[in-house]
Amino acid sequence: MEKVFEVHDLSYTAGDKEILKHINLEIEKGKYITVIGPSGSGKSTLMRILASMISATSGEVIFDGKRIETYEPTTYRQRVSYAFQQPTLFGKTVRENLNFPFEVRNLEFDEGKVKQYLKMVNLDESYIDKSVNDVSGGEKQRIALIRNLIFPPEVLITDEVTAGLDVENKTIVHEMLQQFNQQGVTILRVTHDESEIEASHDTITIKDGMVQNV
Amino acid sequence: MSNLTVSNSTLMLGFVLVLVALVIGYFEKLQINKDILIGVIRAIVQLSIVGYILKFVIKADDIWLTAACFVIIVINASYNAGKRGNGIPKAFQSSLLAIFVGTTITLGTLVLTGSIKFIPEQIVPVTGMIASNIMVAIGLCYRNMKQTFTDRHQQILEKLALGADVKLASLDILRDSIKSGMQPTIDSIKTLGLVSLPGMMSGLIFAGVDPVKAIKYQIMVTFMLLASTGLGSIISCYLGYRQFFNERKQLRNELIS
Repeated sequence: MEKVFEVHDLSYTAGDKEILKHINLEIEKGKYITVIGPSGSGKSTLMRILASMISATSGEVIFDGKRIETYEPTTYRQRVSYAFQQPTLFGKTVRENLNFPFEVRNLEFDEGKVKQYLKMVNLDESYIDKSVNDVSGGEKQRIALIRNLIFPPEVLITDEVTAGLDVENKTIVHEMLQQFNQQGVTILRVTHDESEIEASHDTITIKDGMVQNV
Repeated sequence: MSNLTVSNSTLMLGFVLVLVALVIGYFEKLQINKDILIGVIRAIVQLSIVGYILKFVIKADDIWLTAACFVIIVINASYNAGKRGNGIPKAFQSSLLAIFVGTTITLGTLVLTGSIKFIPEQIVPVTGMIASNIMVAIGLCYRNMKQTFTDRHQQILEKLALGADVKLASLDILRDSIKSGMQPTIDSIKTLGLVSLPGMMSGLIFAGVDPVKAIKYQIMVTFMLLASTGLGSIISCYLGYRQFFNERKQLRNELIS
């Protein structure tokens, strides 16, 4: 099967601390992978490197057959999107957030498309003009995920996006990720949740900066 | 001119005002008396030297000497503005470009419109006024930029992760920082004449010039400061924000305090 990521001998050092040690792994296109491991094991660092938010100290990351450095960073991040654990909503209203992906691509705001996505995450259209201060943590995460997915990327990397959410919100996020995976988006999901691990195709375990199994 | 009665002896008597500050510092245990004394001595020495240099430059009335004064003022202002960069890379170079362009355009406009003449007694002080004003504006821009990049770094990361270019990711910060550089000038303009009679106008009135004529110069200075702080702020901010990112368009964590 075609590989979306190939990681060769990747290490990451911050100051004198070696966070990732000689990581080697391959990720197939279209898979739903969960990434697990104890806190501080280096999971998030690896995900951030794959999302081009930081660069590895040594080793290489091959995305879609080419080294990550050969891609223009903004184009790359539109293809490999990264969702944060505790996202912030910027600006004053939800509209500014949902418009941002359009702004990035120099496109006009498509209200119809936005409404469709809001419906997908169980939010009604009145949310478009809500103040960012009037949405709950779970709603915030769902809106943030729309930002990542309204123009579906090839890979979505999520870093514990359901941590701290209630069951209802967790289910909505989980279903959304499943749905996009079925449409062909490769999902790389950092999680501690056992039920989420069961739903995935494969699991990568990271411990002490090293891959334990693939 | 007969109204200008300040002399060495009147200055010596005026020194009593410094003693007032020293007494306050001493009794309130503010531990600033050393700073006050160093400040006063520096002011006296620096101003005396500048006074003699200006006397020489004005008397010589030489275009190259005037240009040299312009360059010295611009470099000095840039060095001080750069120091306020507080760790922002290339702060001196950015400040130099901002102050040079801001001062040249503003000064050039004033000369070309006939508001001032290209003579040392007008060019040198006006250059000083413009450059120092831009220097202060740049310092405010840098301070605001560094603070807001720190406060909003999570937002920047999220915008970058969504595929935004560094400019789109920092647009709010860029606008706020430019505004912070220009705001004090805009605020001070609003109270002109009501609260303060600024330096240029006061100086001319002191020298016996008709106040109605003096205000015309002050209005010109107002226009000049607005343009120069605007130019200085925009150039320094546009050059400064890029320094917060590396060539892979990643946020440089070492610059975030």
